[in-house]
Amino acid sequence: MNLTLKIWRQKNANDKGKMVDYPISDISPDMSFLEMLDVLNEQLINKGEEPVAFDHDCREGICGMCSLYINGEAHGPDRGVTTCQLHMRMFNDGDTIYIEPFRAAAFPVIKDLVVDRSAFDRIQHAGGFISVNTSGNTIDANAIPVNKHDADDAFAAATCIGCGACVASCKNSSAMLFVGAKVSQFALLPQGQVEATDRVLNMVKQMDEEGFGNCTNTGACEVECPKGISLENIARMNREYLKASLKG
Amino acid sequence: MSGILNSSIGRKFAMALSAFFLMIFLLQHFVINSLSVINPDSFNEVSHFMGTNWLIQYIMQPVLIFGVIFHFIMGFILEIRNKKARNISYAKNNGGANSTWMSRNMIYSGLFILIFLVIHFIDFWIPEINTKYIQGDMSGLLADGEGYRYYEELTHKFVPIWRVAFYCLGFVFLALHLLHGFMSAFQSVGANNKYTQGLKGFGKAYAIIIPLGFIFIALFHHFNH
Repeated sequence: MNLTLKIWRQKNANDKGKMVDYPISDISPDMSFLEMLDVLNEQLINKGEEPVAFDHDCREGICGMCSLYINGEAHGPDRGVTTCQLHMRMFNDGDTIYIEPFRAAAFPVIKDLVVDRSAFDRIQHAGGFISVNTSGNTIDANAIPVNKHDADDAFAAATCIGCGACVASCKNSSAMLFVGAKVSQFALLPQGQVEATDRVLNMVKQMDEEGFGNCTNTGACEVECPKGISLENIARMNREYLKASLKG
Repeated sequence: MSGILNSSIGRKFAMALSAFFLMIFLLQHFVINSLSVINPDSFNEVSHFMGTNWLIQYIMQPVLIFGVIFHFIMGFILEIRNKKARNISYAKNNGGANSTWMSRNMIYSGLFILIFLVIHFIDFWIPEINTKYIQGDMSGLLADGEGYRYYEELTHKFVPIWRVAFYCLGFVFLALHLLHGFMSAFQSVGANNKYTQGLKGFGKAYAIIIPLGFIFIALFHHFNH
């Protein structure tokens, strides 16, 4: 496959940045998208040019490290996959492919396609955990009965890998699908009840402070989420928040 | 409880509550207007009741006006904040791949509805307030005293084709706004459960039938008078 890549290049956080064209040839349709970028970078290095910086780690759709806004969609045109799981067979010979970083004021660009997603970490620190006494007589989590339906929903929410595709896809750069999933995975379980009120209030407060936009229920996040996190989690977070606000 | 309106979720909730109120009002407005097609005498009776009942005039009317203004102001505030949340736009954005046009353009359909409401107020509400509270004529009767004036006034307004066309366009934008807004309001108050699919169907029916009904009423009076 012969392609034209239009890639966002930005030297550092303070640089203005711009889209730069890179023609690339002899790309196998069986390559992953990141392997295609590896080939490009190899060519750039051989020519003495600066390689394109992009995030990646496990390359098997688990870590949530890879990002990229490809042809106007987070993680590209395929569904239920991260960029590392996206294959070049999704594109046609001769295509022009736009490759941009995830855009949000709360996700500032560090370099080229790499963005700072530590806002998600700070939201997690604000309440995305349960406190468990590990003094030696910890009760096995499986000893506490959990309704099967609730357990399934909690596990589904917990599959969120925190990649930020929801923020990138949302026209408002809202993080509510991420926060909704993190609130839900504990709100559905007995282990999460002790800190439920503080958790949702603190996580939403932190989310607002980070500068994410407000959800207008377009549903783009759910469609683009590589793990298929449902909008039900946002509705649950809204309920939890209103309940907690009335208590607090 | 304090500061709930300063939070993103609190603002969503307030926006949804005002939307519910406006959707209930719209249904009531539609039912009354339908009477103008089915039975003009009943339309006159109900209009006179609505226009002279103190509960409706002094409690419900101010609440409605507050609800309308609140919904618009909050909508603009949210739009401005949301724009700020993305300081650099995408060079290529394929919004159509993951969301509906209606959901992405609520501000524009809302803006057209706002313009429509200004014209609608100038056409009906301001003359009504003038007759009742400035000229002091609470009788609701025609100048010659032969029956109520409401049906005559309504049909008279729908004579010019430009006004009918503008109203029809306004109702199309209302339908577009409701096609997303109806379910969005339920999602904002946390209602997403086993009833959601059924509610989605009901919402679509509401969003299409009510504006279509208003269009029918406008066209009916235009072509019959």
